[in-house]
Amino acid sequence: MGSHTSIGGRSFSRRWVLGAGATTLLTTGLSACGSSGGSGSGDGTLTAFVYGDDAVKVQQAAVDRFNKSAAAKKAGGKIKLERIPGSDYSPKLRTAMGSPSAPDVFFNWGGGSIKPYVEADKLIDLTDIIENDEVLKKGFLPSVLAAGDLKGRHYGVPMRGMQPVILFYNKSVFTEHKLTPPTTWDQLLDINAKLKRAGITPFALGGSDIWPELMWLEYLVDRLGGPEVFRRIQDGDAEGWGDPAVLKAAEMVRDLVDDGAFGSKFTSVSYVNGGAPAVFAKGKAAMHLMGSWEYSTQLGKFPDFAKKDLGWAPFPKIEGGTGDARNVVGNPTNYWSVNTRVRNKDAAIAFLKECASREYAKDLVANGDVPTTSNAALLLGDAPNPEYARFQYQMVEEAPAFTLSWDQALGDELGTRMHTEISKLFAGKSSPSRFVAACKGLK
Amino acid sequence: MSKATTKPVRARAGRPHAVWALPGVLFFAFFAVVPMGLAFYLSFTQWDGLGDPRPVGLDNWQKLLDDPRITQSLWLTVLLTVCSWLFQTVVALLLGVWAAGKQRNRAVLSAIFFTPLLLSSTAVALLFYALLDPNFGIIQKDTLGSSSGAFLAIVFVGGWQFMPLHTLIYQGGARQIPQVLYQAAAIDGAGPLRQFFSITLPQLRHTVTTSSVLIIVGSLTYFETVLILTKGGPGTDTAILPYLMYEAGFKSYDFGYASAIASFLVVTATGLSLLLVRLTGFGTMRSTREGM
Repeated sequence: MGSHTSIGGRSFSRRWVLGAGATTLLTTGLSACGSSGGSGSGDGTLTAFVYGDDAVKVQQAAVDRFNKSAAAKKAGGKIKLERIPGSDYSPKLRTAMGSPSAPDVFFNWGGGSIKPYVEADKLIDLTDIIENDEVLKKGFLPSVLAAGDLKGRHYGVPMRGMQPVILFYNKSVFTEHKLTPPTTWDQLLDINAKLKRAGITPFALGGSDIWPELMWLEYLVDRLGGPEVFRRIQDGDAEGWGDPAVLKAAEMVRDLVDDGAFGSKFTSVSYVNGGAPAVFAKGKAAMHLMGSWEYSTQLGKFPDFAKKDLGWAPFPKIEGGTGDARNVVGNPTNYWSVNTRVRNKDAAIAFLKECASREYAKDLVANGDVPTTSNAALLLGDAPNPEYARFQYQMVEEAPAFTLSWDQALGDELGTRMHTEISKLFAGKSSPSRFVAACKGLK
Repeated sequence: MSKATTKPVRARAGRPHAVWALPGVLFFAFFAVVPMGLAFYLSFTQWDGLGDPRPVGLDNWQKLLDDPRITQSLWLTVLLTVCSWLFQTVVALLLGVWAAGKQRNRAVLSAIFFTPLLLSSTAVALLFYALLDPNFGIIQKDTLGSSSGAFLAIVFVGGWQFMPLHTLIYQGGARQIPQVLYQAAAIDGAGPLRQFFSITLPQLRHTVTTSSVLIIVGSLTYFETVLILTKGGPGTDTAILPYLMYEAGFKSYDFGYASAIASFLVVTATGLSLLLVRLTGFGTMRSTREGM
């Protein structure tokens, strides 16, 4: 199996001594190089890291506009956009931020995703800058601006569309079986039973990615116990996992799984590689709980389905639950944050203002995103699908609470360990009570 | 041969100057020894990739002993190593010995068998991931969704990819066996089966050691296929040690703990290799032709 390993069955000998000598030489040389590093091109160009998916064209247009603008000339700086392929984004950003070639401005998910950077004093606190700037202060929906906060301080400015989690359904399957989207949990269970009798998997689920499984727990806990349950956990109290709503949600998940609501193969189906969207689009599954990007994913992979048969609805309410049925979970948006060692702070701030501009919001709308800017409602008529855009905007605007995805809120270390526990719960390798016990240990 | 009869010139010709080893030594030092040393150092620190590593003494090693996932992971790693060794050794040995013969079409078939080795592990894993897709693959069974299915898939994909290398090693080994042994055995009335067990296998014992060390050390550090095929799942049922190391390092950004797992793997792999070499007498290089 291993042609790629250099550890052979060699005994330690003189060669090792020689190697060690060379090592010392090399490390000395290396550290000498390291200290003189730096990514500066010297001409005042700032580097901006961005998550490299299809939406990058909006940021690229903003950068092009900014570099030609009077604001850029005044600040004496330009921006260079660096696209990092999506799956590599987090590790690449982490490595770069720990090195001399760190970006000046970078894309992130707010909350827990930037916590280590804030703790390492790597991010500029933008609170006062936003407070004192009319454009930034009034430019964005306050709930979205706040969702990326850490302890009430702003470290980022919204820069992409909102991404609430929505219950998508296949209209032709629903019409064929005379169904309407569920508004209560009992209706959902009823639809579930009917679809199974018809031999259709009720819900598509990309279980191998784990985060699609997480979306179920997020909504169930919110509907059962309200946003306060996770808020407590997010604020660092791991005992918050002991809330009855979490156990109840985990039991409901187990019931759904045992009942076959996700089919029998979901643990090896992936969203990222297109498995779950295909199952859904081809009518093998009737519904799909997914982030709002599902629309553009389907538009790319199965355009006919996206235009004709893709329906959307809010997550149903649960009888007896204390959470408001208008609450939303997901990613409020993405943010730009600024490195404390930025080469030209004025230019960076001027660029952030560009992302509050009308042109920027229009570009987002044209790309199928729903901007989080305060003026977005007026622009949605130009969206590729105005009906869908308005549905999203209204859903988020009316939501009393928008809970950030748990993994993003908790940060990488806890988020990864939570993923493992969720995956075990869905795969039947753990029980609801063991799930709760294991989550209490996440600290 | 006594020392007195050896000419000094020949002795020098047989042992080139140490400078010749320099490029290799430097390469090995830079890409293996230095990173290994750094990882060992990091295992005594806490480091999230930002700022400076903070020394924490034996905390990470204590965590390694206490982590319940490590126990499962260690067991899975051992199981994967044993299964891979069995699967690859048996098939590669038979294929290699066959490929050393003079059959018709042998060269063509051998060349075809060799192709998997030319592909990158990632490409191979992605290929099998697509083939094993539960809804759109060729089997359409939930292979990767069951614990045993996922585990066997990993053993199989790894075997499929690396078997050609070991086949090649065995082919070379089998070619070295003097034909005269087989001729003598044939005169004594030994059939092909008897010839294989009494001549081929004993003559290949050093080859078996070489190939086994490669398989075992390779299995201990096996990673890409697990990442792509199962991500350690279902649950944690294929989360072998190298995968836990990756998860600790590049998902949780706990580089100290990841380095502790890495150091543990290095020590285990080196220890196992040395043990294997000792036990088989490979280190003393006793000739397989003794008494011939």
